[in-house]
Amino acid sequence: MPSLFQQIQAGVIWDFHGGVHPPPRKQQTSQKPVAVMPLPDRLYIPLRQHIGVAGQLLVKPGDQVLKGQPLTAADNSMAVPVHAPTSGIVRAIMPHTSPHPSALPELTLLLEPDGLEQWRPREPLNFATSDKMTLLNRIQDSGIAGMGGAGFPTHLKSGVTQPVDYLIINAVECEPYISADDLLMQEAATTIVKGIDILCRLLNPKAVLIGIEDDKPIAAAAMMAACNQRENYLVRTVPTKYPSGGEKQLIQLLTNKEVPNGRRPVDIGIVMQNVGTAFAIAQAVLDDQPLLSRIVTVAGDTLSQPQNVLALLGTPVSALLDFCGFQPESSQRVIMGGPMMGFALADLSVPVVKTTNCILAPSAQELPADTKEMPCIRCSSCADACPASLLPQQLLWYSKAKDTNKLAEYNLADCIECGACAYVCPSEIPLVQYYRVAKAEIREQQREALKAEQAKARFEARNARLEREKQQRAERNQQLAAARQQQQLASGASDAVADALARIKARQAQQTDGAAGPDKAVIQAEREQKKQQAREYQQQKAAANTEPAAQPASDADSKAAAVAAAVARAKAKKAADSVKTDDAISPATATDKPAADSSTTDPRQAAIAAAIARAKAKKAGATEVATSPAPEISTADTSTTDPRKAAVAAALARAKAKKAAGHATSPEPATDAAAAEQAIEDPRKAAIAAAIARAKAKKQADSENS
Amino acid sequence: MSFKIASSPHQRISRSTAQIMRIVTLACLPGIAVQAVLFGYGVLIQLLLAIVTAWLSEAAVLKLRGKAVLPSLKDNSALLTAVLLAISIPPYAPWWLVVIGTAFAIIIVKQLYGGLGNNLFNPAMAAYVLLLISFPLQMTQWLPPLSLQSVSLTPLDALCTVFSQYSCSGFSLSQLQSSIDGITMATPLDTLRTDLNRGLTLDESLQKPVFYGFAGAGWLWVNLAYLAGGLLLLQQKIISWRIPLAILSSLFVLSSIASLASSDTVAGPLFHLFSGGTMLAAFFIATDPVSASTTNKGRLLYGGLIGLLVFLIRNFGGYPDAYAFAVLLANMVVPLIDYYTRPRTYGHRPRSELK
Repeated sequence: MPSLFQQIQAGVIWDFHGGVHPPPRKQQTSQKPVAVMPLPDRLYIPLRQHIGVAGQLLVKPGDQVLKGQPLTAADNSMAVPVHAPTSGIVRAIMPHTSPHPSALPELTLLLEPDGLEQWRPREPLNFATSDKMTLLNRIQDSGIAGMGGAGFPTHLKSGVTQPVDYLIINAVECEPYISADDLLMQEAATTIVKGIDILCRLLNPKAVLIGIEDDKPIAAAAMMAACNQRENYLVRTVPTKYPSGGEKQLIQLLTNKEVPNGRRPVDIGIVMQNVGTAFAIAQAVLDDQPLLSRIVTVAGDTLSQPQNVLALLGTPVSALLDFCGFQPESSQRVIMGGPMMGFALADLSVPVVKTTNCILAPSAQELPADTKEMPCIRCSSCADACPASLLPQQLLWYSKAKDTNKLAEYNLADCIECGACAYVCPSEIPLVQYYRVAKAEIREQQREALKAEQAKARFEARNARLEREKQQRAERNQQLAAARQQQQLASGASDAVADALARIKARQAQQTDGAAGPDKAVIQAEREQKKQQAREYQQQKAAANTEPAAQPASDADSKAAAVAAAVARAKAKKAADSVKTDDAISPATATDKPAADSSTTDPRQAAIAAAIARAKAKKAGATEVATSPAPEISTADTSTTDPRKAAVAAALARAKAKKAAGHATSPEPATDAAAAEQAIEDPRKAAIAAAIARAKAKKQADSENS
Repeated sequence: MSFKIASSPHQRISRSTAQIMRIVTLACLPGIAVQAVLFGYGVLIQLLLAIVTAWLSEAAVLKLRGKAVLPSLKDNSALLTAVLLAISIPPYAPWWLVVIGTAFAIIIVKQLYGGLGNNLFNPAMAAYVLLLISFPLQMTQWLPPLSLQSVSLTPLDALCTVFSQYSCSGFSLSQLQSSIDGITMATPLDTLRTDLNRGLTLDESLQKPVFYGFAGAGWLWVNLAYLAGGLLLLQQKIISWRIPLAILSSLFVLSSIASLASSDTVAGPLFHLFSGGTMLAAFFIATDPVSASTTNKGRLLYGGLIGLLVFLIRNFGGYPDAYAFAVLLANMVVPLIDYYTRPRTYGHRPRSELK
């Protein structure tokens, strides 16, 4: 049994399951030389033309740029820059319809060519003497991304560290109509081989397999001639069948290996590059010409001159079609890419980008539009055509039912969307479209599930943290309590010392409490005083309010009466206060003693009791002061313990004495006195009495006036 | 100007479902022609009745279901069902038999399950079984080939017989079944079954004129004609070779073994392959894509199962021929077969290794 490598060397070609044979229709363009298009008026250069992220913008509107000058800089490995395809002026950087099935606007640089084709300085490399890093950087800086259609950054694929057995150059070009790679091989086989040399230096493979479909004999011959000095470069023609050019299918055709599910070709020692990519690498390294243009097949029966065109990246599709004599029909379709996997364009201002290999403008007769979708009759022609050995009719059923579990079980993820199933479907069911929708839904569901999972994880982490903190707190408290207990146990021997300390502490507490006590008493006294003042003020105000009516009659008389009334009120209230406090005094003094007794057991209680006693004493003192100036001494006596309080009491006493003196000098109506006498019992009654007195005084004044 | 947006692929093979149905129907024509020539024009009348009934039933149900009528009629699926049922029943069966059968096939078996593509059972065969167990007498009144018939029937006689069960000259159907020497004849399979039950040996039974040739007079030609139609379908890649081959080979192998083991009671493989509805069933009925298995391995299993069931029922069961039963029983197993015969997806390990 010969080894795999021996079989490959012997020229064995394997087969893959399924596949279809659509009419190739390549003769339209493959027999003509590549046309070079004149400079278009405007170039629309999307900043991102590959799978990955856009580079950092280096220019701004109004800048003059040279041909080959980078417009963006790659700041990470998933970015590749774009370059000015010709010299000119940057007119704008704005969102523009993207060359993508979604047609969503993407940031695009609008370049107006100046027609001078002025190059930036160029530094060709000698790849034999350059190290791998320099070569990879050059490939990245030249903006090279897979030109077969996927647009994966080439420097990543060429810089793999795993050992590579086979480098496969994909020149199959299995889609109908497209002959861009065919023409490239016919015209530039030597440059392509130089590009392969560079890739070999980077990847060091055991052999290079160049896969070409057998409907391109000229290209295959050109490649064979260009490779004839290199023993391990094997040109292999594969039978014409769609989709032989799919990465997985070509690997199976040339090496009989399958890329395991969920893995990459490099995991089985294979790297595949498109033939156009190899050409671009050669240009970038040997000429320092970044990726500025590519060959695009412009085909279809609505064109008078279908041909391959060397178009600058950024050339609008409309300009390209016009160059080839486009005469649109009604409900014209324009397809970017081939008829099997390309996407219809809604807007012809979309530009040619790095991955654009074909622009197709078919007539309705040539590629009839879809007719009505019919029910699936389970003929399973689709299963026979599927290159991934899937069961498309089952997938259709589950896609319609949105049964994501079943879709996963039937390996929807392995669908490469080649369109072979939909091509053979007699019921004209757009199967690929159903799968795309289902895949998008699954992606969305996965994203939602991930989000929910993250939220759940966050919630659980938070709960766990709270619980942990709670436990930590409890533990710490327990530890502290235990420590304290131990300490107490340990200090059991020196009880006497502790007792002494406690006694000292208690004494200190007593002293500080005693100091605070008088202050409290003072505050309370002040508060009482303020209240009293406020009450007096309000009464005065009330009196003042009722009086003005009497004023015009006899100012002097009524004022005097008012003052008298106020004084009377004040007196009445004070008297009432004194009555109350007189009642209260005896129990207070009675409690004084037990409180003082108990203070030996509890200093705090004692202090409070003392304070209460003091306050009561003070009040009693105050009433005594109000009734006569003489008892000043007695208040002084009660407050001998506290000099401050004594001072306050003294001041109060003085004030009252003064008032009493004032009251003695003022003329006092008889009624007033009576009212005052009544008011002794109740300050309210006194107020009423005062009002009555006032009314009487007014009447008196009135009668005097009249 | 606006451009038309469509999803890829933008190119399609030009053969539609309607065309497939039409080609299958056309491929039945050689068989129908042979049947008409050898067994009389009754089959043509049955075809006409069945087709009209099928179209009317289909239109009525679609109307009731609120679906577009014309596109479904144009897909030719009802036409094909009608044709398959009409050529399966005795050519001089009463007119209402085929009408009931076709209406049942279209309304109950096809449309009530959801229409084209959704029926679990083969409509023509389900209707055949319904008729066979509901009207066993009418369903077994096969006439011998014209060459053996005592009375020759004109097209007008055929019409009279189908609608009144008497020929225009007043012969009853049972009289028509009798041969010149007055022996009542049915199909070779039926005759053989009766004879074997009566205790005759195979060789004794095969002496009868109805067995002229090795598979029964006339039936060999009918089967050959359907085989030709079937090969056309294979060549057109409308059916896959797997189901017919599996049916024929399993029947061949089983009957070979059985006839070697018991040469007196079991007819040989060629008799089995070319008598009754073998070729019609193998190429036209079992290959109905809707109710058959869809995987390659599954199709072999499905065909093999049908062959086995036919062999068992023909030799040990209560019916002379058994394709309708065999196909319906196999239809029931199809979901199971399909589930366990899924092909290995590219890049995945075989399921057996996963366990």
